[in-house]
Amino acid sequence: MLAQVVTGLINTTMDVVPVVLVIGLFQLAYFRRGIEAPERVFPGLMFVVIGLYMFVEGLSIGLFPMGETLAAQFSSPEHIHWVYAFAFLLGYATTMAEPALIAVAMKAEEITSGGIRQRPLRAAVALGVAIGLAVGVFRIVRGDPLQWYIIAGYVAVMIQTRYAPREIIALAYDSGGVTTGTITVPLVAALGIGLATNIPGRNPIIDGFGLIAFASLFPMITVMGYATLARYWARRGTRPAGPQT
Amino acid sequence: MLFEVVRDILPVVLVVTFFQLAILRQPFPNLSGVLGGMVLVVIGLFLFTQGLRLGLFPLGEAMAFQFARRGNVWWLLVFAFTIGYATTVAEPSLLAVANRAAQISGGRLTQFAVRSVVAFGVGVAITLGVMRIILGHPIQYYIIGGYLLIVVVTHFAPQEIIGLAYDSGGVTTSTVTVPLIAALGVGLASSIKGRSPLIDGFGLIAFASLVPILTVMLYGIWVY
Repeated sequence: MLAQVVTGLINTTMDVVPVVLVIGLFQLAYFRRGIEAPERVFPGLMFVVIGLYMFVEGLSIGLFPMGETLAAQFSSPEHIHWVYAFAFLLGYATTMAEPALIAVAMKAEEITSGGIRQRPLRAAVALGVAIGLAVGVFRIVRGDPLQWYIIAGYVAVMIQTRYAPREIIALAYDSGGVTTGTITVPLVAALGIGLATNIPGRNPIIDGFGLIAFASLFPMITVMGYATLARYWARRGTRPAGPQT
Repeated sequence: MLFEVVRDILPVVLVVTFFQLAILRQPFPNLSGVLGGMVLVVIGLFLFTQGLRLGLFPLGEAMAFQFARRGNVWWLLVFAFTIGYATTVAEPSLLAVANRAAQISGGRLTQFAVRSVVAFGVGVAITLGVMRIILGHPIQYYIIGGYLLIVVVTHFAPQEIIGLAYDSGGVTTSTVTVPLIAALGVGLASSIKGRSPLIDGFGLIAFASLVPILTVMLYGIWVY
């Protein structure tokens, strides 16, 4: 038990060690001064390490095993009619709790002084993951080639980029990268593998990966879509402004 | 603050409970485990967000401000590459992917080589992304151009490597790296005249999940 905790903590610490080494090296050798406010930064880094460790441990004690069993059950022929609702809601719910997304949304709220609020932004990303997973499940059930869906998605992203408010584009692209994180990936992979195993002629590796690709594509579409709508509402003056500055 | 975190976790708990009790009509298999786990998750996420404010965000910003004050672009780019490479090469989830790659390739790809190639890709990505912030170019040209390039390279890449390459795009940006490079990008964009933190500051994460896909496929073409 204790040994397990120690190895777990060491693994999480390994995420922070390179950051500290590289930054420390540049501080001392290039800038020739120590890290600013070490009495805040070092406890902060410790909070990040211990917090992430507790987060992942907590998930793997109760929620992951149950989520994986559920994913396997809803991909079996008996409950297959529920699988879309399950994929949609699971995608939304796990993304709302994704730590890396919380970090990016906090940063966006901070620099726009609340012009972009973090919860609606995360909800837009989560809705994207939800739609992405539902569409991805639909593709696995139908057995369509993955690339057509992905290419269509990127064409949609290109068209939207043309019309979306300039301020949101980089943030929308980043939100595609942060959805494939600590909590979403294990459950999504379980769902993809369950489906691929239960439906004859599907490949667990390709189909499991395919779902994750959908989960990082659709948030770009929903975030840009939400920003475009928010601008439209703001111009009509019927609703308060969304992520505009 | 703790209430905020509970609100973040609540949807997952509700979804799992709903499907377990209402649809499958099965009891919780391990109720005390689930409850204990949830307490850990809430405290963990709370500590994490506090740690971001105290540690990772200020660290990324401080680096950005110091480099902007020095005005030496070359050292900034060296730093960008190093931070991208170093945070990725030791990343545990990349280790798992690299081990699998070594197995399925029958030793043609070594675990160490895969890790280096992915980490090199992230290093290049952060360097390119930082250059874009300095130059103030619109991000879409880079990202859309990058995806078109991926489509072309996929065509020539050996079949065995494609899945691995696409997977490596997802595992590169760990939960520790994301806040740091977000703070670095936003900090740079706010301290360079004429750049907007929102338009120019974000985007480094998008670069970091794109470039490794390319470097891994190119490596695959070279090996096979």
